[in-house]
Amino acid sequence: MAPKLEIKSVNKSFKRTRALSDVSLTLRENEFVSLVGVSGCGKSTLLSIVAGLLDYDEGDILVDGAPMTGPGLDRGVVFQSYTLLPWLTARKNIEFALKAAGHKGAECRRIADEHLALVRLAKFADSYPHELSGGMKQRVAIARALSYRPKVLLMDEPFGALDAMTRHEMQTLLTRVWEQHKLTVLFVTHDVEEAVYLSDRIVAMTVGPGRIKTEFKVDLPRPRTQEIISTPEFMALQKRVLATIREDLVSDEA
Amino acid sequence: MRRSKAKALWRGLFTTGGEIGRGTYLVISASVFLVLLAIWWAVTSAGLVPPLFLPAPGAIWDKLAGLALDGTLWGDVEVSVYRVVAGFVIASAMAVPIGVLIGTSRFWEAALEPLADFIRYMPVVAFLPLTILWAGTTDLQKFLIIWIGTFFQQVLMVMDNVKRVPPDFIGLGRTLGLSELKLQMKIVIPSALPGIWDTLRITFGWAWTWLVVAELVAADSGLGYRITVSQRYFETDVTIGYILVLGVLGLLCDQMMKALERVLFPYAKRRG
Ligand SMILES: Nc1ncnc2c1ncn2[C@@H]1O[C@H](COP(=O)(O)OP(=O)(O)OP(=O)(O)O)[C@@H](O)[C@H]1O
Ligand SMILES: [Mg+2]
Repeated sequence: MAPKLEIKSVNKSFKRTRALSDVSLTLRENEFVSLVGVSGCGKSTLLSIVAGLLDYDEGDILVDGAPMTGPGLDRGVVFQSYTLLPWLTARKNIEFALKAAGHKGAECRRIADEHLALVRLAKFADSYPHELSGGMKQRVAIARALSYRPKVLLMDEPFGALDAMTRHEMQTLLTRVWEQHKLTVLFVTHDVEEAVYLSDRIVAMTVGPGRIKTEFKVDLPRPRTQEIISTPEFMALQKRVLATIREDLVSDEA
Repeated sequence: MRRSKAKALWRGLFTTGGEIGRGTYLVISASVFLVLLAIWWAVTSAGLVPPLFLPAPGAIWDKLAGLALDGTLWGDVEVSVYRVVAGFVIASAMAVPIGVLIGTSRFWEAALEPLADFIRYMPVVAFLPLTILWAGTTDLQKFLIIWIGTFFQQVLMVMDNVKRVPPDFIGLGRTLGLSELKLQMKIVIPSALPGIWDTLRITFGWAWTWLVVAELVAADSGLGYRITVSQRYFETDVTIGYILVLGVLGLLCDQMMKALERVLFPYAKRRG
């Protein structure tokens, strides 16, 4: 399949740290790729760069073969901090994005309601963010990012702030949505189980400077359900990914 | 086991983040006023303080009632309220856009923030002689003093309100492809608005103070003017009565703005 997102030899330094060194990564159309790695290896930095929210020093980023020049509607972002606008209801938050994407009034409302139903929040369309739980807020944020059909969805630890139960619920929901919609996703997490469960491919990064270490193909059948977590194939892969990340932790301490 | 009612009330009253009903809240607030009033009444009626220094509450009430009946009090309130509102609106109308600009663009921050900081530290009272020289004892002079006393602080506070807009909100706006102007109008300003409202509420209190200062020094009408005159004739009852009126007016304004805040920004729930 055609490459959707190409990251070519990207370098990025902050004042004191080399955050990314020669990072290259290609996402095929409709591929779900997770980035894992120890804290500080540059996952968020890479994601912000791809989103166009952070400048980089060298390299190229192509979306559908065209060079990326800044943030834009072709790449949707789901932030860890939910980022629902507090003065707008759940529905209005989604309509906000749709209007920005150039949709007209009545159409906005229809698409917003469709996507609220998709994340099972139809009943909460008129609720304000402060009336929603963390998990519900993040579902609205996901619905918003999906609603205007970006070519690539970028997610930085979207479930990082949620408790284990809600996390599992959200993972199930995300796979279901993804399997229905088919979308190219770059997903950052430090939860290896989550990465294995969701992804087609897992990219492990390493620190000092941040770069790509290994890739794992996830050959588990779809549609996936939570039961898959306890299969031997799942656990074996999870172990291998974890071992790769652990090496960095050990060398850190040395 | 159910917690006992008394214990629940205790927790509501005295623990961090506790919740009590609006009625309970009002009862406590009103009691403090009543207790202070009772102490005042006791001290004066026992003759512990000569009335020249501190008249009895009843005497002040009678005096104020008399001034209210002959219209003096309302005239003074009207003039002062007009001055403070006009001065405050002028200052705010200038400070909010400039504060937003400084909070957004580094150019305007570098150009104006140090300047505002510099002027902010000049004591407002030191400008009194100058403003009288420039504008005499007109209303314009009152506006000037209110403006000098609030505008520069407002600019800095609004700038701070704008800088507190979460960076991810701005990131969201950018990923949605909003233009710089739309980002300001649709994300930055709405997000900063509850904070800006708070800034206005707090600085309105200062505007009152500066108005009264200006009226004490140079005026021929207004609440501050009446206080100066009463002191000249040793009418302590008028002096204290008017100070209390100022307090009541301030309290009313503050409560009004807080109530409006609940209507305008129901989502920006503050604790307590
Ligand atoms: N704005 C910044 N200024 C300076 N250094 C930064 C900045 N942002 C990130 N860094 C540095 O870049 C490196 C990568 O940071 P990044 O946030 O991308 O890590 P991460 O992999 O997302 O970590 P985590 O899993 O903890 O979120 C770190 O060493 C960090 O200290
Ligand atoms: Mg991160």
